[in-house]
Amino acid sequence: MSTTPNKPAAAKPSPQGFVYLPLIAGWLIPGAGHFLLGKWIRGALLAVSIIAMFVLGLAMQGKLYTSVQDLLDLLGVAGDLGSGLLYFLCRSLGLGGQPVQTTVADYGTKFIVVAGLLNIIAAVDAHNLRTGRKS
Amino acid sequence: MLHPSHFAAVLLFALFASTVFGIAMRDTPRRMFHYGVYCFILFVGSAIVLSWAMFFIAR
Repeated sequence: MSTTPNKPAAAKPSPQGFVYLPLIAGWLIPGAGHFLLGKWIRGALLAVSIIAMFVLGLAMQGKLYTSVQDLLDLLGVAGDLGSGLLYFLCRSLGLGGQPVQTTVADYGTKFIVVAGLLNIIAAVDAHNLRTGRKS
Repeated sequence: MLHPSHFAAVLLFALFASTVFGIAMRDTPRRMFHYGVYCFILFVGSAIVLSWAMFFIAR
């Protein structure tokens, strides 16, 4: 019985350039990682969703976490930092600094934190697209 | 200041989170859409079920 030599597996082309650029860009500006990769519709949907969630959170008088008093505050800061430049821009403009006094404001705070966490998911997705782990 | 009702806040939250989940967790546009709708229904459905559960627990 004759055997045929195994064909070499089709090697994926290794990504050229700085592979972390979409990850960093996507973190700093929601959707920018996908824009860099030419995924315009995905990037636009992500940008609209994340920015709208962040802005709605601020409009509900949600709080931006700025200092760490306990562990929960630390988690809040980590979530807020996920929004990238939006967080630093709003901090510099003095937005989101008022204390939470209503239920809706508490919802707004959660909207802001979740917007940051969703932005991290989106940035990691852009990184996966860049490295070829996802198509 | 924006004052959405609690249910409107749930709907907005579910819409935006489902959009990101759908895009990030699936590969093709069709599967993204289906997964996004699935997540939206789960978000809103679980909020309604838990709300009624808390209503009956509080009585």
